[in-house]
Amino acid sequence: MLRIACPHCGDRDYVEFLYGGDAENAMPELSDTDIDRWTEFVFFRNDPKGEHAEYWQHQHGCRQWLRVVRHTVTHQVISVQPASEVDTPAQGKRVEVA
Amino acid sequence: MSTQPRRLKSGGRIDRSKPISFRFDGRSHTGFAGDTLAAALLANGVTLVGRSFKYHRPRGIYSAGVEEPNALVTMRTGARHEPNVPATKVELYEGLEAFSQNSWPSPKYDVMSFVNRFPKLFAAGFYYKTFVGPTRGSWMFYEKFIRRAAGMGKPTTEADPDHYEKAHAFCDLLVVGAGPSGLAAAITAGRSGLRVILVEDDTVLGGSLLAAGRDPKLADWLKSALAELETLPSVRVMTRTCAFGAYDNMTFALLERVSDHLVTPAPFQPRQRMWRVRAERAILATGMIERPIVFANNDLPGVMLASAARTYVNRHAVAVGRKVVVFTNNDTAYAAACDLNASGAEVSIVDVRSRIPAALQAQVAAAGITLHLGCAVGRANGGRHVRSVDVVPFDPARPERASVRTRLSCDLLAVSGGWTPTLHLLGQRGSKPVYDEDKAMLVAGTVPEGFEIVGGAAANCDLGFCIDSGAKAAHAAAAACGKPHAVSGRSLLEGLPDQGDAYGIAPVWMVPDPLGKGHGKKFVDLQHDVGADDIELAHREGYVSVEHLKRYTTLGMAADQGKTSNLNALGIMAGIRGKKINEVGTTTFRPPFRPISIGALTGPETGLHFRPIRRSPMHDWHEAKGAAITTTGLWLRAWYFPKPGESKADAYVREAAAVRKSVGLTDVASLGKIDIQGPDAAEFLNRVYVNGFLTLPVGKARYGVMLRPDGIVMDDGTTSRISEHHYFMTTTTAGAGKVMSHLEFLLQTAWPDLRVHVTSVTSQWAGMAVAGPRSRELLEKVITDIDLSEEGLPFMGVRQGHAGDIPVRVLRISFSGERAYEVYTPAGYGMQLWQTLCDQGKSCDMTVYGVEALGALRIEKGHVAGGELEGRTTLTDMGLGKMASTKKPFIGGALAQREGMTDPLRPQLVGLELAEGTGTLRAGAILCDPAKRYARTIAKDTSALIDCPPNPASKDFDAGNGSGHMGHGIGFVSSVTWSPELNRNIALGYVSGGMARKGEQIDAVFALKGELTKVRVTSPHFVDPEGPSWAFGCPSIA
Ligand SMILES: [Zn+2]
Repeated sequence: MLRIACPHCGDRDYVEFLYGGDAENAMPELSDTDIDRWTEFVFFRNDPKGEHAEYWQHQHGCRQWLRVVRHTVTHQVISVQPASEVDTPAQGKRVEVA
Repeated sequence: MSTQPRRLKSGGRIDRSKPISFRFDGRSHTGFAGDTLAAALLANGVTLVGRSFKYHRPRGIYSAGVEEPNALVTMRTGARHEPNVPATKVELYEGLEAFSQNSWPSPKYDVMSFVNRFPKLFAAGFYYKTFVGPTRGSWMFYEKFIRRAAGMGKPTTEADPDHYEKAHAFCDLLVVGAGPSGLAAAITAGRSGLRVILVEDDTVLGGSLLAAGRDPKLADWLKSALAELETLPSVRVMTRTCAFGAYDNMTFALLERVSDHLVTPAPFQPRQRMWRVRAERAILATGMIERPIVFANNDLPGVMLASAARTYVNRHAVAVGRKVVVFTNNDTAYAAACDLNASGAEVSIVDVRSRIPAALQAQVAAAGITLHLGCAVGRANGGRHVRSVDVVPFDPARPERASVRTRLSCDLLAVSGGWTPTLHLLGQRGSKPVYDEDKAMLVAGTVPEGFEIVGGAAANCDLGFCIDSGAKAAHAAAAACGKPHAVSGRSLLEGLPDQGDAYGIAPVWMVPDPLGKGHGKKFVDLQHDVGADDIELAHREGYVSVEHLKRYTTLGMAADQGKTSNLNALGIMAGIRGKKINEVGTTTFRPPFRPISIGALTGPETGLHFRPIRRSPMHDWHEAKGAAITTTGLWLRAWYFPKPGESKADAYVREAAAVRKSVGLTDVASLGKIDIQGPDAAEFLNRVYVNGFLTLPVGKARYGVMLRPDGIVMDDGTTSRISEHHYFMTTTTAGAGKVMSHLEFLLQTAWPDLRVHVTSVTSQWAGMAVAGPRSRELLEKVITDIDLSEEGLPFMGVRQGHAGDIPVRVLRISFSGERAYEVYTPAGYGMQLWQTLCDQGKSCDMTVYGVEALGALRIEKGHVAGGELEGRTTLTDMGLGKMASTKKPFIGGALAQREGMTDPLRPQLVGLELAEGTGTLRAGAILCDPAKRYARTIAKDTSALIDCPPNPASKDFDAGNGSGHMGHGIGFVSSVTWSPELNRNIALGYVSGGMARKGEQIDAVFALKGELTKVRVTSPHFVDPEGPSWAFGCPSIA
């Protein structure tokens, strides 16, 4: 039962939000046609036991996409930032794509 | 009416001035306010209340609380009929009607009770063996019999007439349980000004004090505690409320039984209310549950927990026994023995210990209670009620079979095997309890942050310790919430009697059968009829892990979740394996703590409240005209507009024909609409659509398709350029929300540098399509300031203007082939514009048409929609591969090039028609290669399906199970319609190889109905097949 402190709207119940998945991997440049890099972005996910950055959209509020750091064991929300204000995450190569 | 023969003349926390009449199995009885159904039944001498789950053994009332394994009854009749309710948790009310379960014609004379004589049939692992073992075929034989024999109460099939609510609450401190420690916690926290919610499952506060003896000091303590609670404004007390779930981030689920104690809820009141509580801190004062000792025939009516016997005597003034044997391994049962003795019963105590504290010994001697030390009850005797018990010599350190020393006659056997702290909520948070050897209890392991465990739940047995632990935990909570230490208030330890409740116990789980013949079954889990021999069998067959044991025997898996059986099962398994309980492990607790009705979980979200409803601004008009209504996502849409006597088919065929012949008007307000503005809007659109948008001039619209990042088609629609930096996008009705979030995601996460704003304007604009050869003629009558000539508004042109006073945005696009326009106006003008079009349409032979005709028209044209945009198809699959720009990158472009996405054998869009003019085309049918049809038969002996070699000539395929085709086939049918234009059935579908199969005859298999229909592959463009598709903005269509 998450509550997410939206930077625009305040502390809100998770039912107002849309989950948007992993926020730890940057989208490749659109001009990048490398299938492996896009595969990495779209399909490969870290599944850490611990802190994990993920996207949530405040769908029934300000509609801003947020970058939420959540603990995957306790579901504690550690930080919330507007996604647009977060520097593009580093191109973390976490999985070797054959 | 019976006269409560078992009611004591005085005492109890019942209101004798308020008699309550109720019915059980059709017989009338009377009880008093303050009774539970169980207490009232016992007061009336009703001790046999049902038959057991598997063996149909007679069962009585075993406990006085939520742990009740036996006395499950069905409450109420008709639509309010509710099975499997523990009689111990039913508050007596006037007019209550309850029924026993799993017995016919009555619990006394149950025709299925012969099952009891064939226990092997239901031994542990029965289901495993009948389903997966070498004898699995036997299920066919057993099924009918078992379905009749085993079971609990039957649910009603009528709709629940009552309302259920959901509510939210916030507090600093949630206190679960209002026994002495919970009251102390709530009062202490309330004094500090904490916002407290005190939750109590019972109807009144007091917990164990309600069942305590006649010591006036205890009653006074409770009275003054309750009085002080009233004075604390920040404490909210919720009775009849069970905290059944503890979730992440200190969220708790409570069920408030608002009206369960009434025949029907009061007007505007719900039956139950589910609360979601968010607390800063939580104190669990959930107490303990007494556990039984396992021995032969321990399930006979008249056998009950010692604490329950004490509750019935003290709280409800019911003489549960006249001749009582108390069987115990610990000190706490002595209080029950003394209270039963004081109520007038003749009491003997059988204690497995050979030595007990001197004070206890003196106490029972003074009361004249007979004491059998170093003994155990080896067996209970009786038919439908306990008549006597066999007492055997017993040493807890070396439990072995022994000869019966003596037989004590009795009408009540009160058992205490020790206590188990109620730690379910803690367990739900992932905290495993650990076994404390000294107390023979599962006690709290690690306590998660934010929680405090107090009182009995913290394994305290002394009342003073309990109260003190509650107060201390409340101080800690206040400190954690930044509230000052309470300065005023008397000590809550004042006025307590000197109890000295030391807790001595010699752990015993099970008493072996006495030597000699005539053994009885020893039940560990009474509710699921799991015996000690089932645990032994599980061990012999290798199911020794606790979780395997549970699944193999189904122990602890009934509605009571093993509240009285789990630890005994662990102890017995540990004994068999020669291990310690902590090495055997404990089971996992999951919500809910007690069964919760589906109605409460659903709350008000049923029927029309199940989800929001969206209506077009013109919806009332459609309804007034008698339109049939259908749903698309949340939207209600006009399906077709039948004239008197017309069927659906008559209506939409007439409507579609009118569109082709003259002009039609349809409501497209549900289309998703997105306003896109900003200097980089063109660049943005160019990145999200597969086709180019940089060159789209002002005043023009373009059809676009967007892909998901994985290369699958997400949605389609048109986007118009209103001005230099202003675009108007439409999406499919179903895809609107998804597309909007997608666009916002890209702008906010990937391309925050793009100067673009997107705004959903779906509800702000009404939309209507005017289609047909005479559409321009109609619009010219209505629209006053737009040049609608071929040059003024060419195909794919967009203009803004007016229809009289009504502002409009006109797009010349077509969904279904012929000349057509989409006209948008601010939602508030929607009805006025619609009416104007209808009025003017009379002179143009205009027909209003619905979604069904729209669907028929677009299928005729081969235009993809919901059935084709189904989340698995690529642009090429849909025949739109050429739309993708090769000059620019776009979302999804890279992954659309994956090997599997470009495989030429992927199913691709085709048209389909009946090859032999007969049969039924159905959306969802699987398309199969007729050359690969198998002949299948059902083997007579084993019922297995036998596959024969491919044999297209075979005539004897089994039409009942899929027509001899197996596997995924080579494609599927996505949309079907009767074509008004062609006067025959047509369909769209995807088939491997696509248009390369044009002219081929293939099989369409609809296994749900056992149909095989022969279809022919055609072009998906049934109407105007040589004309270019609208996807390329060609004048002829769009
Ligand atoms: Zn917000």
